[in-house]
Amino acid sequence: MSITATQITKTFGTYTALAGVDLHVPSGKLVALLGPSGSGKTTLLRVIAGLETADSGSGRIQFHAEDVTDVPTGKRGVGFVFQHYALFRHMTVFDNIAFGLNVLKRKERPSKDQIADRVHKLLKLVQLDNLGKRYPTQLSGGQRQRVALARALAVDPKVLLLDEPFGALDAKVRKELRRWLRQFHDEINLTTVFVTHDQEEALEIADEVVVMNQAKIEQVGTPQEVYDHPATPFVYQFLGNVNKLQLPWRGFSNADGSHGPFTDSSAKVAYVRPHELEVLRYRVGVDGEVASIRTIHAAGSVARLTCVRGSSEFVDVEISRQRLDELALAIDDPVLLRVRRSRTFAEDYAI
Amino acid sequence: MSVPPEIPCAARVETRVEDDCLLVELGGCWRITERRPSWIEAVAGQTPARVRLAFAADIGPWDSALLLFVHEGRQWCRETSTPCDLSRLPGPVQQLLRQLAVANEALKPADRSRDFLSMVGLAAQDVWRKTCDITTFVGECVLGAAGLVRHLNKFRWRDCLEEMQQCGAMALPIVSLISLLVGLIMAYQSAVLMRQFGADIYVADAVGLVMVREMGAMMTAMILAGRTGAAFAATLGNMKANEEIDALKTLGIRPVDFLVMPRLVALAFMMPLLALYANALGIVGGMVVSLGILDVPPAAYWVETQSAISLSDVTTGLIKASVFGLLVGLAGCHCGLQADRSAAGVGRAATSAVVTGLLLIILFDAIFAVAFNVLGL
Repeated sequence: MSITATQITKTFGTYTALAGVDLHVPSGKLVALLGPSGSGKTTLLRVIAGLETADSGSGRIQFHAEDVTDVPTGKRGVGFVFQHYALFRHMTVFDNIAFGLNVLKRKERPSKDQIADRVHKLLKLVQLDNLGKRYPTQLSGGQRQRVALARALAVDPKVLLLDEPFGALDAKVRKELRRWLRQFHDEINLTTVFVTHDQEEALEIADEVVVMNQAKIEQVGTPQEVYDHPATPFVYQFLGNVNKLQLPWRGFSNADGSHGPFTDSSAKVAYVRPHELEVLRYRVGVDGEVASIRTIHAAGSVARLTCVRGSSEFVDVEISRQRLDELALAIDDPVLLRVRRSRTFAEDYAI
Repeated sequence: MSVPPEIPCAARVETRVEDDCLLVELGGCWRITERRPSWIEAVAGQTPARVRLAFAADIGPWDSALLLFVHEGRQWCRETSTPCDLSRLPGPVQQLLRQLAVANEALKPADRSRDFLSMVGLAAQDVWRKTCDITTFVGECVLGAAGLVRHLNKFRWRDCLEEMQQCGAMALPIVSLISLLVGLIMAYQSAVLMRQFGADIYVADAVGLVMVREMGAMMTAMILAGRTGAAFAATLGNMKANEEIDALKTLGIRPVDFLVMPRLVALAFMMPLLALYANALGIVGGMVVSLGILDVPPAAYWVETQSAISLSDVTTGLIKASVFGLLVGLAGCHCGLQADRSAAGVGRAATSAVVTGLLLIILFDAIFAVAFNVLGL
């Protein structure tokens, strides 16, 4: 079941949350809506779910071939998982999951045994087999979110929508749970859209990433595409750390090992990721931009250096621990920096 | 004009008119710590077509004071739209002036206050939106009630009973206390008046009638507005902040059917019962005062009360009570469902539920007073 939304506009008073957004989610894919807070990603998700109505004059929302623009939320067949779980506090985990089935009309409602069977299957699926009798308050955050997921899946939704599902969890649980979500998605193969502001999360598990900023979609692509070929300066800066280097720059390493100066006639600023910079000890007569080391952070899998070019231009560099040992750098040492790969944007907002 | 040269090496400005151009020559020492000439004084009311600034031959050491003066001149030229020629000033001055111009740029604070008309307009829009919200909500409730009558078995009786216990049984102590005190107070007040005419026994009529027709229903409704209305708003507001209401919607359940109807039914049932109870306690309060200060025996008081109150008085009181109950419930649930999705929103919803509830009670009490009068009840 694919999702297609065309020209969706949503305003709250004078504030524009979505400005003519088009979105297509292919069937069976796991798609991440990624953006900073206030970029409209949650609003877009709520519009798809039918929890918000788009402004009049907006386009249609289609699930596969079916137009659901005027269908109320409950009849769209969406499973929605909320950031703060939204579990019913006075019900046990079992009742929470069974709730969507218990409230169906008698004709559509499965028998009690069938419901119980289904709930137990779902509990197994979300790996909470023995916790059916507990109340939500007796569960950890990660467990609650899985209950919320099970509740959303109980009614056999056509699409699954997750609103910052791991936003309220701590970093470790988050990592485990998102890996679990990926596996889980591969098992059930349901068209899934999830909203996140964590680029790492989006890049790690999504089939396709939709980067949003200021009520608009900036770029759509696979994680690899958007990371390696950002379409706009915003995407470049939002996905991972990036240095904005004032051009011209004296060191550039080509793929064939040769090096030379680095200039671009159309832009004043080059975007370079920290790991796309090469560090050499300072030697006279060697190509490279001169900088001095300000800080060295070696606690972690890679070493992070902060260099200062000129008086106040800070450049972040990431090199392997091994390379750091080879260089034997100390604070205030002069070094040469060479860019391996960079990206410039013609319409740059040079300051 | 020129500054008198008593102070050795003071800042000096000389103006001279050449053709249509005002030549302003700066001389002397410019020190920020000394007094510096003002541009307005230097120009002295002239309205030249052009202005040119230059250094005089005797210019001494200068600092920011000179820049500020030139900047003042430049501002003046901009305001009076006079062309200003700074090209005769040396390079360092011009460079510093450029920096000053950038550093000095400040946006004029925008006037964000709204004028009368737009305030009226916004208020009208607000009222219209609220009216729409309320009508929609009441409409949904009516539809919900119709659905309830058709599918009685689908109604959430358990929730309803729980709410009944919460808003009925649990409210008994406070209702008892307040209605007893209201009875006492009314008996005292009327006793002062009645005693002047020796009509002590009519205190029973006054207390009985007022309690049964008016105060019983009213005081109970007020208590429930503060107690139950606020609780409804807080509960539903909290559920909304917690996105539980959205969760219900995605599961295809209308929040009105699921959350509002049980509460409304509970209040509409419990309010008349509570009002009846309040009536009784109010009469007991009156009885106590009559016995204490008027020496009217309870038996006489009771007989007098019986003769004063007819069944229609009790019925009107109960009808009112039931309607007040619905109003309190509607106000509470509406405010709860309209709450902002934040902790502060829940608090605001509770407050506005109480205020709206009280307002509606008084409003409908007035309507009832007129209606019953016309109907002769």
